[in-house]
Formats: sequence, structure tokens, C-alpha cells
Amino acid sequence: MSATQFLFWFLSILALFSAIMMVVSKSPVHSVLWLIVVFFAISVHYVLLNAQFLAIVNLIVYAGAIMVLFLFVIMLMNLNAETEPLKNKWLKITGVIGGGALMLVLVAALKDADIRNRIAETNKGEIGLIHNLGMALFKEYVIPFEISSVLFLSAMVGTVVIGKKE
Amino acid sequence: MHVFLSLDWFLLIEKAILISIIIGISLIVAMYETWAERKVAAVIQDRRGPNRAGPGGIFQPLADGLKLFMKEEIVPNLSNKFLFILGPGIAMLTAMMTSAVVPWAGNIHAFGRDIPLQVADVNIGILYIFGVVSMGVYGVMIGGWASNNKFSLLAAIRGASQIISYELAMGLTLIAVLMLTGSLSLRTIVEQQLDHKYYVFYQPVGFIIFLVCAFAECNRTPFDLSEAESELNMGYHQEYSSMKLGFYLFAEYVNMFISSAVMATVFWGGYDIPFLNDAKFGQEHGQNLLAGLELLCLFLKIAFFIFFFIWVRWTIPRFRYDQLMNLGWKALIPLAILNMLVTGFVILFH
Amino acid sequence: MQALTSKAKPVGRKPMTFWEKLYIPAIAKGMAITFKHIFRKKPTINYPEKTRPFSPVFRGVQVLNRDEEGRERCTACGLCAVACPAEAITMEAAERLPGEENLYREEKYAVKYEINMLRCIFCGLCEEACPKDAVYLSETMVPSNYNRKTFVYSKQELLIPNPLTDPEAFAKAKGARPEKTL
Repeated sequence: MSATQFLFWFLSILALFSAIMMVVSKSPVHSVLWLIVVFFAISVHYVLLNAQFLAIVNLIVYAGAIMVLFLFVIMLMNLNAETEPLKNKWLKITGVIGGGALMLVLVAALKDADIRNRIAETNKGEIGLIHNLGMALFKEYVIPFEISSVLFLSAMVGTVVIGKKE
Repeated sequence: MHVFLSLDWFLLIEKAILISIIIGISLIVAMYETWAERKVAAVIQDRRGPNRAGPGGIFQPLADGLKLFMKEEIVPNLSNKFLFILGPGIAMLTAMMTSAVVPWAGNIHAFGRDIPLQVADVNIGILYIFGVVSMGVYGVMIGGWASNNKFSLLAAIRGASQIISYELAMGLTLIAVLMLTGSLSLRTIVEQQLDHKYYVFYQPVGFIIFLVCAFAECNRTPFDLSEAESELNMGYHQEYSSMKLGFYLFAEYVNMFISSAVMATVFWGGYDIPFLNDAKFGQEHGQNLLAGLELLCLFLKIAFFIFFFIWVRWTIPRFRYDQLMNLGWKALIPLAILNMLVTGFVILFH
Repeated sequence: MQALTSKAKPVGRKPMTFWEKLYIPAIAKGMAITFKHIFRKKPTINYPEKTRPFSPVFRGVQVLNRDEEGRERCTACGLCAVACPAEAITMEAAERLPGEENLYREEKYAVKYEINMLRCIFCGLCEEACPKDAVYLSETMVPSNYNRKTFVYSKQELLIPNPLTDPEAFAKAKGARPEKTL
């Protein structure tokens, strides 16, 4: 087993374990912290694929900004077991069925995809480097990129409008 | 078995030594920053400052460190014990991790190898610093929340929102710089500035914005809202004692050191020696001497910025929180965007 | 409302000009001021190594004086205890026995002489009342202590060192005080 493989297995197990812990932990703050661990594991996966830019942007945007805002809200709401709303038994069952159905669809879709024949380019892939990524974004995918930036802009304007309302 | 054979052992040893030296130096610099802080504060206020431990109080940081170690370690009963201990750990870890991408000097030649005085020349250098700094928020937030104290929590939230707000303006100024450099790697940025084309002359507004944001990111006065003792007692580290408190305080000083290094690197030519043609000097007097001088030069620049940090702390009083947010969102960010646009236009039509 | 005095200054509430809003000139001015202070002369005195000279009227801990031959001057007349507004001084008198002439100057002396330093207000009235120049206020402070009892100074603690056996300590305790003319 090479060092990369070892890291891959370690990170995968860490990511899955933290994801499960995120779902099952009682305290919402712990959930958020476990989710941050998941992001970390995924970011290191990106580094293994030589996609440093993606890795660091994943960290900055998700772990560094969005999760901090989540933490803000959760810490200020003072959630604990007493204030948790009563959960309907049927709600839980439908949740399990819904999640199971989603997993079934995903497995069915990915089963026949040719993803198994592809080999991940660890340590040597060039596409994740910032230069190539920039070229791809601003040449091939410039229209989707611009559309998404307009979307962001409209979201920003929306927040300002909501924030301004007295 | 072939895993171990395939590794470049020399590289590994070289990097391990370099990392330990850099961490050691960061800690020593942080120690003497505390001394410098007290000394500069004293002379600015017409006092003498610490002068009992050793000549000029030079051993004062050792005494302070020893004192912190000897103090009783208190973990509040109703706190979240694991997170309470994790908080200062994260703060220290993130402070230490930033130094990995800073180029300290040019290559030195030893043992038949060219050894770069930089831990990792990743091609996302500046973004890496950004990422690690944004992780630094968690040290403050986790510590503040786990203390189970309302003052700590409020301070933590203040601190975190302040850091996030100023990260935006900082990022926008960096974009303007990156338009000029065309590279994110800090070594490339320094090499572009080697013949005195310091980016501060091209980006003066950007530099000022970056400087202000660096103050906010390091939680230094006038932006030390998260430890505003007059309204929040001691801020997010109120419940901390002993070396855990020391870690938080130390992390602040390490951050100050690193942000001084980043400012010197990005805007003031990094390890470039002013008024000297580095490449020519290197050919005449040897690479190692050049690297040594470059290292010295970078540290002089860093020392100036650290002095500046301290100098500002003892000059400007703390901002009110709404003033801080107004400055960040309504002054610095628009200014940074404007700076970015102007830079873009100049590059486009030049 | 009518102003009571003409000293009130109206507060300028003009909105800041653009130049003022930049803050940078104001900050630079402040920084220049603090920078100038770095080179100022420091008024601090490195205390234990250097001491500030006391003023000639300084009143510190009382000292029981001896004359040039090392004899105690006090005759236990009690004038100091009477003069003391804080009633800090107590004493007991005794008669000098033959053969003690080198110890006590007069025929009567104080066997016990105590000053309670917690009561003493260092007014110096005891010194003024003393007809024999036997008690005076020196240039020493009362050192702090953990125990209240230790603040009642006995005669042994108050007595000045003997000028015959220990002239250096005598001179030091005496200080720069001029001899009182009787």
C-alpha cells in the first residue's frame, strides 16, 4: 500500500465517520463541528488529486465562512434537548424511506456509469491547478460562470433589501 | 516496503528540519514580541518597562512563560471539556500553520543540494494563508462557546464576525495585487519584486487596506473587540487560565509575526535587499551569504511591522463595534472594490 | 435657559469634512505624538538602586536618640505621650542605678517605650514636645507586615544604633537631620 493509498483510506474513513457523527450527535454545535471535519477530509482528498485550488477554496468558503455563520446561529439559539420540538414517529419513518429511496437511485445511477474504469490521477493531475482551472472557467464554461455570478449578485442584493427593511 | 524506499528521504529530512526551525523561530519571535510590546508601551508612555530580569529585562518572557506554566489549570464545571481544551489548540495550530508558505530567503547551497528556505512552494500560496486564517476563527469560537459563559460567547461571536468581515476586504485587495503578479505563489511574487519593483508603489491604497485588515484579523487594538475588557471582561478567553490562556495570547503574537511576514512579502519585496542587486551580489559573494543577508533583511522588515503593530496599539483607542463594522463594510470593501476596478482598467488599457 | 456663567463653550456639531473623515491625517498626527515620546527623558527612578532625596520636612518613623557618648537621651518625662494626638505612645519610667551612667544621660530613664505605628499619624508633635531631643522623626518608612502586633514598636526597635560601637549605622539612621538646639 503506497502512502497515497493509505491517506486515501484514512481520509475516506474519517470523512464517513464524521458524516455519521454529524447526523447522530445530539448537540447541534457538535454536528456543525463534525461537518467541518468532513470538509477537511474532503479538502485533503482534493489535495491528493493535485487540485490545490479546489481544496483551499472548499476550506475558505465552506469551512471558513458558511460553517462559521451556521455556528453563529446555533450558538446564539441555545438549542438543547428541552427546546427540541417533538418529533413525529411517522415523520421519522418517512424520512428513512425517503433517504433510502435517494440512496437506491444514486446506486442505480452510478452502477452502470463508467466511473469504475477511470483511474483517479493522484499527485499528477493538472486540471485542479489554478491556471488550468481559470482557463476552463473563463474559456469553455464562461457563460455558466457568468450566470452563476449574476445569481450571486442577485442573492446579495436580496440580502441587502431584506436587511434594509425596518 | 517500497513506500519507504520511494520517498525522497533527503527532502523529508530537510523539510522536517526547516519546519522545526521555523516553528521554533516563530515561538521565540512571539516571546520577544511580548517583551517588545511591554517595552514599547513603556517608552511611549515615558516609562522604563521591564528591566529586572536580565539586562534590559531580556529574560522577562521566560519568566512570564514560567509563570503561566505554574498557574493552576482551571476547567469550568459546566463547560464542554473537550472543546474547551480544543479551542486554544486550534488557535495555536492555525497560527503556526501559516508560516509554511512564506519564503524566508533565496536558496542556500549545502550538502550538494539547493535548499529553498520555504517549507512548501504551493501554487496557491496566498490562498493557503487565507484558508488557514479563516480556520483561526474556530479557535476563538469554540473556546468562547465551550466556556459556557455569556461574555465569552458574545466576545467569540464578535471576534468571528469581525474576522470574517475583514477577510473580505483583505481578499479584494489581494485580488488587485494578484492581477499585477499573475501568480499566487509567494516565491514568484517575491522574485518579481527583486529589482525593487515593490508592489506597495503600485498598490498604495491596497496596502493600507491590507494593513488595516491585518490589524482586525490579528485582533489587535484598535480592533480588539473580542477581548474588550471594559465591556466583556476578558473576552473569549475569560474562563481560561494557565497555559491554555497562554496559548491564546501566544497565538495572537504568532499571528502578528506571520501577518507582518506576509505584508513584507507581498507588498515590500519579501527578502529582497533594498539598494542592492541581489543576483549580482550572489554571483560575487556566494549564494549562502546572499541568503543570510536576505533572511536578515526580511526579518528587519518584519520587525518594523511588528513595531508598527505595537506602536498603533498604544496610540489609537479601541473602536466601537458599529464603527468597526461600518469601517469594514461601508469603507474598506467599497474602496477595495474600487481599487480592484482601477487596477483592472489600468492593466487592460496600459 | 439663561446661562449661569459665561464659561460654557458651545460644542461644535458640524459634520466632519471629507478630509477629516479619512482619519488618516488624524491618525498620523497621533502616531507622531506617541513616537516623539519614545525619545523623551523618563521621569522614572530605578527605586531600590536610586532613591529620591527626601524633603527636609519629611516625617518618617520615630527614632529614640542617643547623645555623642552613646547614652539614651530620654528621661521618660511623658511630654511626647501627652502631646500625641493619636495616643500612640506609652512608656514606663525607672530610676537610673549607680553604674549605669554610661547608659542613660539623666537620673530617670524609660524602661519601656512603645509607639503603636498603626495609630501614629506622623504629625511630629512628639518631636516638638521633647525637651531633650530624645525622640525625632527619621527618614524611614514603616515597613509592611502580616501581623498587627509587630506594628507596636518597642524601645529596642526605636533606639538609634550606638555611635561608639556602630558609628556607620548611627550616621545612617541619623540622616541629614540637623542637630536640634536645646
